[in-house]
Amino acid sequence: MNDPMAKPKEWFQGGSLVWPLLGLVALLAYDFLFVDGFFRLEVRDGHLYGTLVDILNQGSKTMLLALGMTLVIATGGVDLSVGSLMAISGALVAVLVTQTEMSLAMIVPIALAATALLGAFNGVLVSVAGIQPIVATLILMVGGRGIAMLITGGQIVTFEHAGMVYIGNGHFLGLPFTVTLVLVMLLVTSLLMRKTACGLFVEAVGDNETASRFSGVSTRSVKLAVYGFSGICAGLAGLIAASNIKAADSSRVGEMMELDAIFAVVVGGTALTGGRFNLLGSIIGALLIQTLTTTMITQGVPPAIAPVPKAIVIVAVCLLQSEKFRAEIGGRFGRRASA
Amino acid sequence: MADALLALREIRKEFPGVVALDKVDFNLHAGEVHAVMGENGAGKSTLIKVITGVYPRDAGSMELDGKSLHPRSTLEAEAAGISTVYQEVNLVGTLSVAENILLGRQPRKFGIIRWDETRRLAEKALARLGLELDLSRQLDSCSMAIQQMVAIARALDINARVLILDEPTSSLDEQETAALFKVMRQLRDEGLAILFVTHFLDQVHEISDRITVLRNGALVGEYKTVELTRMQLIGKMLGREPEALQDKSTGSKWAAETRDEILRGEGIGRKGSVHPLDLSVRRGEVVGLGGLLGSGRTETARLLFGIDAPDSGRVQIDGQAKSLNHPRKAIANGLAFCSEDRKGEGIIPNLSLRENLILAMQASRGPVRLLPSAEQEQLCAHYIDALNIKTPNAATPICNLSGGNQQKVLLARWLAMQPRLIILDEPARGIDVGAKAEIEKLVRSLREKGMAVVFISSELEEVVHTCDRVAVMRDRRKVGELSGEEITEQRIMDLMAHHE
Amino acid sequence: MRRFIPVFATFAVLIALFATASGMYERFFTARVIANLFSDNAFLGITAIGMTFVILSGGIDLSVGAVLAFTMTFIASMITDHSWHPLVAIPTALIIGTVFGGTMGFLIQRYELPPFLVTLAGMFFARGMAFMVSSESISIEHDFYTALQDLKIVVGPKAKLKIGAVIFLAVLALAIFVAHWTPFGRNIYAIGGNESSARLMGLPVASTKMLIYALNGFCSALAGAVATLYMGSGNPAMGVGLELDAIAAVVIGGTLLTGGVGFVAGTLGGVLIFGTIQSALIFDGRLNSWWLRIAISVLLLIFILLQRQLSRFTKTSRT
Repeated sequence: MNDPMAKPKEWFQGGSLVWPLLGLVALLAYDFLFVDGFFRLEVRDGHLYGTLVDILNQGSKTMLLALGMTLVIATGGVDLSVGSLMAISGALVAVLVTQTEMSLAMIVPIALAATALLGAFNGVLVSVAGIQPIVATLILMVGGRGIAMLITGGQIVTFEHAGMVYIGNGHFLGLPFTVTLVLVMLLVTSLLMRKTACGLFVEAVGDNETASRFSGVSTRSVKLAVYGFSGICAGLAGLIAASNIKAADSSRVGEMMELDAIFAVVVGGTALTGGRFNLLGSIIGALLIQTLTTTMITQGVPPAIAPVPKAIVIVAVCLLQSEKFRAEIGGRFGRRASA
Repeated sequence: MADALLALREIRKEFPGVVALDKVDFNLHAGEVHAVMGENGAGKSTLIKVITGVYPRDAGSMELDGKSLHPRSTLEAEAAGISTVYQEVNLVGTLSVAENILLGRQPRKFGIIRWDETRRLAEKALARLGLELDLSRQLDSCSMAIQQMVAIARALDINARVLILDEPTSSLDEQETAALFKVMRQLRDEGLAILFVTHFLDQVHEISDRITVLRNGALVGEYKTVELTRMQLIGKMLGREPEALQDKSTGSKWAAETRDEILRGEGIGRKGSVHPLDLSVRRGEVVGLGGLLGSGRTETARLLFGIDAPDSGRVQIDGQAKSLNHPRKAIANGLAFCSEDRKGEGIIPNLSLRENLILAMQASRGPVRLLPSAEQEQLCAHYIDALNIKTPNAATPICNLSGGNQQKVLLARWLAMQPRLIILDEPARGIDVGAKAEIEKLVRSLREKGMAVVFISSELEEVVHTCDRVAVMRDRRKVGELSGEEITEQRIMDLMAHHE
Repeated sequence: MRRFIPVFATFAVLIALFATASGMYERFFTARVIANLFSDNAFLGITAIGMTFVILSGGIDLSVGAVLAFTMTFIASMITDHSWHPLVAIPTALIIGTVFGGTMGFLIQRYELPPFLVTLAGMFFARGMAFMVSSESISIEHDFYTALQDLKIVVGPKAKLKIGAVIFLAVLALAIFVAHWTPFGRNIYAIGGNESSARLMGLPVASTKMLIYALNGFCSALAGAVATLYMGSGNPAMGVGLELDAIAAVVIGGTLLTGGVGFVAGTLGGVLIFGTIQSALIFDGRLNSWWLRIAISVLLLIFILLQRQLSRFTKTSRT
């Protein structure tokens, strides 16, 4: 995002939103032309149904993860542990819902606090111990699922709790509740970033850590906070994932989700090197990835093969962002133009 | 004199907007240690990079042993016989001493490395420098001095005829430096041509046979070391002939002794960085830290601002002992620090002017209480106007501004905090003359308002004109202090050259 | 000597674990259990050896599990569905793996893309391709193949090394040789220790980096081939999370995750620690397999912190 106080016209000069939006529009245009009934919506029992709604619903987990991942990447880091944290929050909720009398108003905060703490543990490794983010978050990526299994006793814990089932399957204002959840989180995160100084600190630390420290910014707390926040987002996504299948499946839930989230952020225009970030871009990036997946499924491509085009998209996006690649391509075009 | 081994004629190197080298001649003879001296921006490092093939030259000729030379990389330069050892040793710290000397050139048989032979060759290379080391020791665990020696051993092993030592002594202590010099003398006597860059004046006179002085990308002259006094050398580096030095004080001086002391450092120092020194700064006083680049000025400022922790002495603010171990604490105590490294330690390049300007203020307010946007706009408008910052608007990314305007934004970042003491480290470096004058004017007006200023500059005239008191530093020590009418170019130079 | 500390620690942990398990469970300390450690962990071991080179160079490769799965499925499908001879199918699979790794190395090196991102994409790609070859497990039926599976070396009473273990040990020996006695191996250490220095020293950084990923692609494919011999089938869902196990084995084996420091032999230690914990859990029967994950991540944390401390210590204690 450009200076948030810049005039609207200047918002687009950075161009960071333009590319993911163009990608999404192109994909939707393809669906409009070639996929029968992709845009068909119907109302049943006051709820909206259709492929587009499915994309929003199924993409909600990636969108939530992408929000937290955006801030982590903006500080120049990365969080590989989000998939495992999803498993932990799902496991906690399933166990608490089935084995205690606690209300959801207690259980959900407990689960989110747990993942926030584990996120902060990542943050401590990165900011205090000085371990590179990939390595630091790898530890929980490996161990997190073990912790989740420990919580559920290695079983798949199923539940019928109405409130929990609602989170991932219920409808609110005619749309899946998850859509509201994502919108609220997007709104809260945006406000947090732009109506307080958090966004400024995150971008400053990612762009020039030394200069930020010399200006009095507590770079350690900033890093600690973004990893903690990423933990909360992963916790929420874990709730949805558990609710979707009405069970905590610690070994499978959130598998490869960390990759989708990173892809969403990169496609959404936030550079892996840190600095300026774009929350809306990451949301669009997540939608782009989900639309791609859904399109392939509706086209009869087995879900298991869906990663192939994803991989091609991400490499293409990275190449386009690579200065060397641009220089090579530009050089070739330049030479042709001059010849 | 015999023909030079390495001869550069009328070398020119231009970067966008700057002429880094302009018609520079340089002669390096076999069997001499030749020092290249100059202040920041003189063109020393550009000269070395042209010689080693990092930069192609724009014009001029370079001959090694009578043959024209056009190195396109350090490797080509090395192949031609020009090896370089940098201050930040370019070796692999995680590997052993022996391996570092022979990496890439290990003796092999059928493609298999012969370790016994490798060790023997490494031993031989070190023996040439009169060194006996544990060859299997990890390089990282050796002292910087040993690492330098290993780097030299590697460089010589590639049949070097010219050895360039770029500030090799910056992180060495006195004994280590002495050991290095012993090796340098020995190599010189063996007929090697050594180009030596340093900021330490004592060392130049101790080791070098001849000196080439550069200033602002131009050649000042080539001198025999024995014929150039230290005073003359400093004069040449700063562009002030000793005879033409102003022996009078300019600018109005405060007699500030009666004012409240804001900051007092007693015996503050840090091993390998600054020898313990005393420093006090009073309200409404401009205290200069004079001295050449590398004399310990910036290091002192970093100690005061809590960037590096002093390992001796204590700091008092308003008479109370404080431990300033993070810039945040220094800022909370009313200090501000404008770094000389604008790019690395000052600007947040991709953020806007506005965000850069409010950063320190916002940091001290904490993350929650965002400075209201009206106030932000007002601050920007005020400082854009007051400091005459040239920018399309406050939302422009700071990296799009000129160096001088970036510097003004950084000044504004700190002025907005209304600090009680601001440390300005070379605030006028790399900016145009107009902006320089404006910054000098600004410093005086801050003083009028009662702010204390620590002013670091290599330019004598600027120091004399601006400061009420000057602490002069040389070779990481404070060597004297001048105040009031004592502050003249002559007196400062005397101290810098240690003539008294 | 300081760079040997992590490897000593690795083998100390291994011995302590093995001793504890031997004390707790009857018949744990037998030649059979030890031989099985090698047979059961052969494909993890081969992957981890390839990963050791990547990590030593300062990179990372997350695609190994997916490449293994692709290779398994490819070999199984070619032999069973397309009646290829194993001696054609296996080398073809090895070439595909090598080219795939080399391509990732090219992207990483030439365009300066972050290794973790490129190999993540590689993981997606290879996993998808595995499912494209076959959406479910294919069992391999071929006389020659069965004969291969039955090859074994008897090393003690009831103790046999299967062909996979033999290949693992051969790869291990070769890898130790490459790492310590060839310029290519030493260049890997130099690049991981300080890439810009390596460049300035005139080492072939670009080609070495590409070769490392190609080599790792080969190792992953070879691990896939060994896994088909072990399981007698090719499964596109195999090896999920294998990259993490391999990375963990390398780090617990004392290799610095930032590159430049470590030993291939240490990785053997890491793999055996992994295998010992797994065997102990099986012997116990009461504890579940998730304890393996937790134990590995705790060891990972300890080794990462230990190395962090050691590298700080090295730099502050210069004499």
